[in-house]
Amino acid sequence: MNPLELARAEPGPAFTVTLDGRQIEALPGQTVAAALWTAGVTSWRGTRGEGRPRGLFCGIGVCFDCLVTVNDRPNQRACLLPLRPGDRIRTQEGTGHDE
Amino acid sequence: MSEPTLAVIGAGPAGLAAALAAAARGIHVVLVDSVPAAGGQFYRQPATGLGARRPQALHHQWHTWERLRDGLDGHVRAGRVRHLTDHHVWLVERRGAAGFSVHALLGAEQEEPAEVRADAVLLATGGYEKVLPFPGWTLPGVVTAGGAQAMLKGGLVLPGRTVVVAGTGPLLLPVAAGLATAGATVAALVDSADPTGFVRRSRALAAQPGKVAEGALYAGQLARHRVRTLLHHTVVEAHGTERLEAVTVAALDRDGRVRPDTRRRLDCDTLAVGHGMLPHTDLADALGCRIDGTDVYADDEQRTDVPGVWAAGETTGIGGSALALAEGHIAGRSIAARLAGREPDPRGWAAAARTRKRLRAFFAAVDSVYAPPAHWAEQVTDETVVCRCEEVSAGAVREAVRELGAGDLRTVKLLTRAGMGWCQGRMCGPGVAGVAGCAETAVRRPFARPVPLGVLARAGENESR
Repeated sequence: MNPLELARAEPGPAFTVTLDGRQIEALPGQTVAAALWTAGVTSWRGTRGEGRPRGLFCGIGVCFDCLVTVNDRPNQRACLLPLRPGDRIRTQEGTGHDE
Repeated sequence: MSEPTLAVIGAGPAGLAAALAAAARGIHVVLVDSVPAAGGQFYRQPATGLGARRPQALHHQWHTWERLRDGLDGHVRAGRVRHLTDHHVWLVERRGAAGFSVHALLGAEQEEPAEVRADAVLLATGGYEKVLPFPGWTLPGVVTAGGAQAMLKGGLVLPGRTVVVAGTGPLLLPVAAGLATAGATVAALVDSADPTGFVRRSRALAAQPGKVAEGALYAGQLARHRVRTLLHHTVVEAHGTERLEAVTVAALDRDGRVRPDTRRRLDCDTLAVGHGMLPHTDLADALGCRIDGTDVYADDEQRTDVPGVWAAGETTGIGGSALALAEGHIAGRSIAARLAGREPDPRGWAAAARTRKRLRAFFAAVDSVYAPPAHWAEQVTDETVVCRCEEVSAGAVREAVRELGAGDLRTVKLLTRAGMGWCQGRMCGPGVAGVAGCAETAVRRPFARPVPLGVLARAGENESR
């Protein structure tokens, strides 16, 4: 059993986005975080101070731990942002402004 | 436009119940919500693009949701309710005789502004999860219990293969049951409380046949998936370098201290953890509404102490979706009467008022049972990061108290930056207070979410219109 089977999901066609240049698949409506989890990725940010890995924490837009760079815009909340075909996701280091 | 306008902030159970009750009585309702579909956290819907044919498999009380959804659709079609999705409200502004302005930011990017005018406002902003710190809690793979559930309901994804669900509170049971049903291996459900005594003797529970059935349903699901439940246990530490690999759990003694001889390691790639819920009160606070402890004050009609502002649901005190529905319904009827210049007749909502009384008593009893370990802060090592945004360690917080003489949360924040980051202390507030040994005080935030400076600068430009 998986969640898609449980909810009898019949999603639209999967599309491709990139994470740090690597192609991954996403389903229509999925957020950045959902697609990354599906691809087995759990961290996509290095903290400003210690450069420690972070990913999703609260899942509802409150904690800002899941910040990520998408299409060169840093500090997007991965748990809120829906993906579109061709989106370029990049692991965000620090503030995301020094790259 | 002749009929009065009510702005409902939040399209969860409380906001929907209020919108339906007010719209049915001739009020024009603008329902303002931050996500693409109504439902709130409790009835969070899978993204439309995922084409879920059976979303009810992830939900409880689906019939109630269908009633709310169909009611909303009907009012929207009839033009009585305008449903504004993807609107993140950052401020509700009082404009005296002109009523209220609701200021929002659009979409996930939250840069484009929007403004809604209204004669009355209902705050139904819900709540978010409280998580207390422990060594390793910042590792990827450690998520909030509610976050794991939100990702499952909304994105139809699991956080990992092997999950430990831990902390305390009534949310852990449905989260563990939901993850197991959706295909995750739930290695253990770890609760620092022991609710079994409560279940046996509680009069509050005896008055809640629905709650008993709900609990039995989840317990049955857990048994079917062979999930072991460790009561009066706690997670002492999360292990891993780049991501979570295991947790150490231990039993608690009578005083709520960890029994070192009972420590054991559970392999897992995910820890879903939560220690209860906190209400969102920022909008109410900025409006000048009275806040009692953590909850927005509301009277028997769900009115706050600010004229024209009502509040319902978790924002007035954590109590779950059924209580939110009752409060929202009462608020909607009260608003409809008062906006029409009439004194409302409480006999019209007597049934909802009885439900409200019963469920408040029930959740007061629940609150007395589910508590984090009394001495949880002793387990937080000096190296543990307590403020996730600003990466402030427990050691720095303790130094501020012991060496620098900080005696309250505000001083701790000024000396260490704990609570100054993106989340504005929403995540670390209770943790920092516990580690510092300070009272947990309400934090005043002028805006409910980050606002671009350009938007702020232009916010008053339409004044003269």
